Amino acid sequence: MSDIMKNFSVTINVWRQNSASDKGSMVSYPVNDVSPAMSFLEMLDVLNEDLIKKGDSPIVVESDCREGICGCCGLVIDGNTHGPDKNSTVCQLHMRRFKDGDVITVEPWRVKSFPVIKDLAVDRSAMENIMQAGGYVSVNTGAAPDANAVLINRADAEESMDAAACIGCGACITACPNGAAMLFTAAKISQLALLPQGHPERKERAINMVEAMDKEGFGNCTNEYECEAVCPKEIKVSNIARMNREFLIANFLSNK
Amino acid sequence: MKLNANIPEGQIDKKWTNHKFNLKLVNPSNKRKYDIIVVGTGLAGASAAASLGELGYNVKVFTIHDSPRRAHSIAAQGGINAAKNYPNDGDSIWRLFHDTVKGGDYRAREANVYRLAEISNQIIDHCAALGVPFGREYSGTLANRSFGGAQVSRTFYTRGQTGQQLLLGAYSAMMRQINTGKVEMFSRREMVELIISNGKARGIIARNRITGELETHTADAVLLCTGGYANAFFLSTNASDCNVSAAWTAYKNGALFANPCYTQIHPTCIPRSGDHQSKLTLMSESLRNDGRIWVPKKKDDDRKPSDIPEDERDYYLERRYPAFGNLVPRDIASRAAKVVVDEGRGVGPTKQAVYLDFRDAIKRKGEDAIKEAYGNLFDMYYQITDEDGYQVPMRIFPAPHYTMGGLWVDYNLMTNIPGLFALGEANFSDHGANRLGASALMQGLADGFFIIPSTIGGYLAANKFEKMDEKDKAGIEAAEKVNEKIKRLFAIKGKKTPTEFHKQLGNVMWNGCGMSRNEQDLKQALKKIPEIREEFWKDVMVPGSDGELNPTLEKALRVADYLEFAELMLKDAIERNESSGGHFREESATAEGEAKRNDADYSYVGAWQYDGEGKDPILNKEELTFENVKIAERSYK
Repeated sequence: MSDIMKNFSVTINVWRQNSASDKGSMVSYPVNDVSPAMSFLEMLDVLNEDLIKKGDSPIVVESDCREGICGCCGLVIDGNTHGPDKNSTVCQLHMRRFKDGDVITVEPWRVKSFPVIKDLAVDRSAMENIMQAGGYVSVNTGAAPDANAVLINRADAEESMDAAACIGCGACITACPNGAAMLFTAAKISQLALLPQGHPERKERAINMVEAMDKEGFGNCTNEYECEAVCPKEIKVSNIARMNREFLIANFLSNK
Repeated sequence: MKLNANIPEGQIDKKWTNHKFNLKLVNPSNKRKYDIIVVGTGLAGASAAASLGELGYNVKVFTIHDSPRRAHSIAAQGGINAAKNYPNDGDSIWRLFHDTVKGGDYRAREANVYRLAEISNQIIDHCAALGVPFGREYSGTLANRSFGGAQVSRTFYTRGQTGQQLLLGAYSAMMRQINTGKVEMFSRREMVELIISNGKARGIIARNRITGELETHTADAVLLCTGGYANAFFLSTNASDCNVSAAWTAYKNGALFANPCYTQIHPTCIPRSGDHQSKLTLMSESLRNDGRIWVPKKKDDDRKPSDIPEDERDYYLERRYPAFGNLVPRDIASRAAKVVVDEGRGVGPTKQAVYLDFRDAIKRKGEDAIKEAYGNLFDMYYQITDEDGYQVPMRIFPAPHYTMGGLWVDYNLMTNIPGLFALGEANFSDHGANRLGASALMQGLADGFFIIPSTIGGYLAANKFEKMDEKDKAGIEAAEKVNEKIKRLFAIKGKKTPTEFHKQLGNVMWNGCGMSRNEQDLKQALKKIPEIREEFWKDVMVPGSDGELNPTLEKALRVADYLEFAELMLKDAIERNESSGGHFREESATAEGEAKRNDADYSYVGAWQYDGEGKDPILNKEELTFENVKIAERSYK
């Protein structure tokens, strides 16, 4: 059990950048008395508390729920998107994964579409623009039939939920050598393509969301599978195949 | 102040229908002439913005995050209640209404709760239509599970991520309105002041978190959908951005704050591991469907759980409450855990925990079935504790989680400030002294999707609004107030961080106003708060400047508000010398240690009114009457 492990010291080599226009650089900080039961972000909290007391600006690092669901946090640790643990957000990473004397490199999401705001915080609003283009069912409040009036095959509902589990953190985009937002976009298109409620608009949705993705300057998929490897919610690249099918069919059958 | 809840006349099951008919309407082509501000994009805020946009109003919506989808509704796990009676187990609107009033320990308004139960079914219909991938049976129909405080299965779910999926549903509906241009999104903004002009709420001052700029936004109505105040305890299951500041600003501008002492301590959270702890993590109480809660019968029993034989274990919930067993409501489960820990029978390294054991369920149903139902929760537990819940019992302990108290609102969800509405957890309205599991999601969406679209029209149609813009005096004064406060904070240059003060406050609140409260401890805590506040304003350190992304400044502003708010919470807890729901007063208990309500003296909503700096707040009482539910001792035995 973790509570028998002793506290230890590490060195954090972290990206500091004052503002979007600032050049930025790596800065080293020692952190002592690290408990193995601490989360990685709690370790950064300890460091930040020390910086504030000295009157220095703390390292800006985004996080909110700290239970892996809000999608706020996202760091590249020693080159690993969301840290060394598989299928996990960085807020779920604990210091028991490290040992005394480790030098840990901490960087923000690095991809063209996510400019740095400050230190480790980046601007991910490009993802919002993709959702806005069609990541919904156009039903007005009050217009719905009884929920059981539309039956859904259980396996389809489960597969839809697998895709819907996306937390919008952007890890897939930052890990992709092309900076593609394909997995993120495909997850939403898949979720709704697998449900009858999503069918009336499936063609428009596929076309509009893919267009929005291209407009935001995200790259294309070249089957690297990096996105799936770093996704904290285990979203599969098979969703990208489904998106491509949806997109092709939509274009093929388009009246435009 | 005379409180008028504006509850419609008539039979309880006709009130909402009649009220909607009697409310004035805004003509469809006139709706575009009205501007509405929505603060917060959780379930309540996102659903309100979406529905109001659909109706044709001009909506400005504000989120503290980079994306509306990050609101803390996202973290709700277990499910959402509705009275569909799909399982044919005897459920009805009437039963959901009854269970919710009883679960709230008879401290909620009957009319509001009935409306909530009535709307519950429409919420499920709408969310299914929005593409929420609810759990289903092999037949293709929706699946249900059981939750605490009910003997029917009425909880709909999407695995252990129901809050996430419902929020993404409401978010998607709002994104559609953003795309049409009816809703305008302002992200990374924090509301720091309310603008009141001629007695009406007419706008907000929002601080741009990136540039530090104070922006003035005006409108014809303001909706606060800003969540609860559980972070007053520092350690809670809430996200770190959750704060009381928007509601507190409203209070200081004259809105009443109701029942602040009603806080919910959730029984199934992962225990803290040390001083570095920044938050506590909740695991859905649906775990109590299959997990059995126990501690050793013996004090200071250091044996491994597997070495403790069956007859030396105390399944204390099953023993004390045979009818509901491990599924008693949250307040009861939490207090029972505190009792056994206080007796020295707690487990784990800190002894501040009890076991939640799946051994029997795994034997009965197989590990795969348990994995399918709760797999993500077991994973979460493993990531945090490094322990495998399939092999050894989980360790759990209660943690602050939800707050039933909030801004006082009438039946229309309007505060006593005309034009200022409060929705979702930010209001006090439906859960009384204790909220049942899977009812928060229901309330947030009921308020946003179905109630506010009707009631706001009634307000707008019945009032005249003078033209107003950002150059108006009221807005300039409001911004000036905030500016001064920020300047004061930077000028202190002290030695302690805002988080240190927050921890100090949390400690005082948890010890003095936690799961079990008594007059002496409450009064002692009440003495300490002004001392901490005074020290804060002398010794806090806020580095950097205002014109940049400055998390320390944001934190300091929020902690400053918590340090004032905590006092109100304590005053309310002192004043309410009875045990009801989440508020347990040791002075008001039965011989067996169960909570004892005092209906003769405390059957009211305590709505506190700000009376100026340094003055005692004024308590206003809204008497509660029960015409449809028979008041009884809340027994789950």
